[in-house]
Amino acid sequence: MRELLNDIERWQQAGKQIAVARVVDIEGSGPRDPGAAMAVNEDGEVVGSVSGGCVEGAVVAEALEILGGDKQPRLVKFGYSDDEAFAVGLTCGGIIHLFIAPLSW
Amino acid sequence: MTLQPMSLYPIFAERVRSNIPVALVTVIDGPHIGATMLVSPSTDAVGTLGDSELDRVVARDALGEVEAGRTGVRHYGPQGQTTPEDLVDTPTVRVFIEAFSPPPTMWIFGAVDFTAALAKVAKVLGYYVVVCDAREVFATRRRFPMADEVLVSWPAPLFSQRGSALTSRDAVCILTHDPKFDVPAVQGALATNVGYIGVMGSRKTHAKRLERLAEVGITSADQLARLMSPIGLDIGARTPEETAISIVGEIIARRTGRGAPSLRDSDGPIHK
Repeated sequence: MRELLNDIERWQQAGKQIAVARVVDIEGSGPRDPGAAMAVNEDGEVVGSVSGGCVEGAVVAEALEILGGDKQPRLVKFGYSDDEAFAVGLTCGGIIHLFIAPLSW
Repeated sequence: MTLQPMSLYPIFAERVRSNIPVALVTVIDGPHIGATMLVSPSTDAVGTLGDSELDRVVARDALGEVEAGRTGVRHYGPQGQTTPEDLVDTPTVRVFIEAFSPPPTMWIFGAVDFTAALAKVAKVLGYYVVVCDAREVFATRRRFPMADEVLVSWPAPLFSQRGSALTSRDAVCILTHDPKFDVPAVQGALATNVGYIGVMGSRKTHAKRLERLAEVGITSADQLARLMSPIGLDIGARTPEETAISIVGEIIARRTGRGAPSLRDSDGPIHK
């Protein structure tokens, strides 16, 4: 998240709502370690990444729903062979667990 | 549902930017999902996870994690219970503890073209880069704008002032080729706990350097085994930039304990 601070503050100064998605756990082969983060503002602008580009699009959609109040902050799992996984998946076969929440702290 | 009485983000950002170790602690599953706490050494935790006993136990654990530079998920009972018997039939709170430790440091001795390339690559990898050379005309900010510090100094004073801060995450790269400078630099580096010591020069230079090191009393095989010399991976690097890649490649491989073969010629997962 260190590398996101400048953009986050730019958005805060512009009065934007911001959600942050962070990798909290990986099972098997995962492209990014726990702590990898991306931030999404209410306009859908994005900085950072949580995978090798495999799931970022779905994360933005999820983050916007949370910012819009349609969903609560939550853990989201992206995997390869999991029924609950989203249609998008990781090409490398691992599972990543993301926590997505508004930056309200 | 939200518990945050105060704004933690400015405190968090300030600590990260000032290189003060800090753990960002977040409830990711449980009654107060999203609740956040900041934990740093030698200061009280700020924020709450929704239960004072839970805060106390998690803060203690987070301090250990931030000191070790570890990031991960831990499980607790709603009041911070950690023993397995206490957690039976209890809803668990899952907490993500993310450690933000200061960046690793690379000291580069010798203000040469290889230094500029290595400093550039080290910055890409997130190192705090210090360039050091005794020659005032070469050790200038203008030549090394990418470095965090450019010092005109002999190695010994730098090691005696700041050597004790070097840890296994840090690196010392000695690129001078000049025995006047690289012998005291090697001596200084060997007296620290630095994780990587690389010394540039041909195999012939290395053999001569070993003689000089023996003259100053460095003969122990254990000590000499810490030196990566000639420096870098065997990738056929020629230019300063290619050499920089071979050096940081070696630093990564030493840290991860890999033999650095090509991916094509090995098997197993690419990411571990």
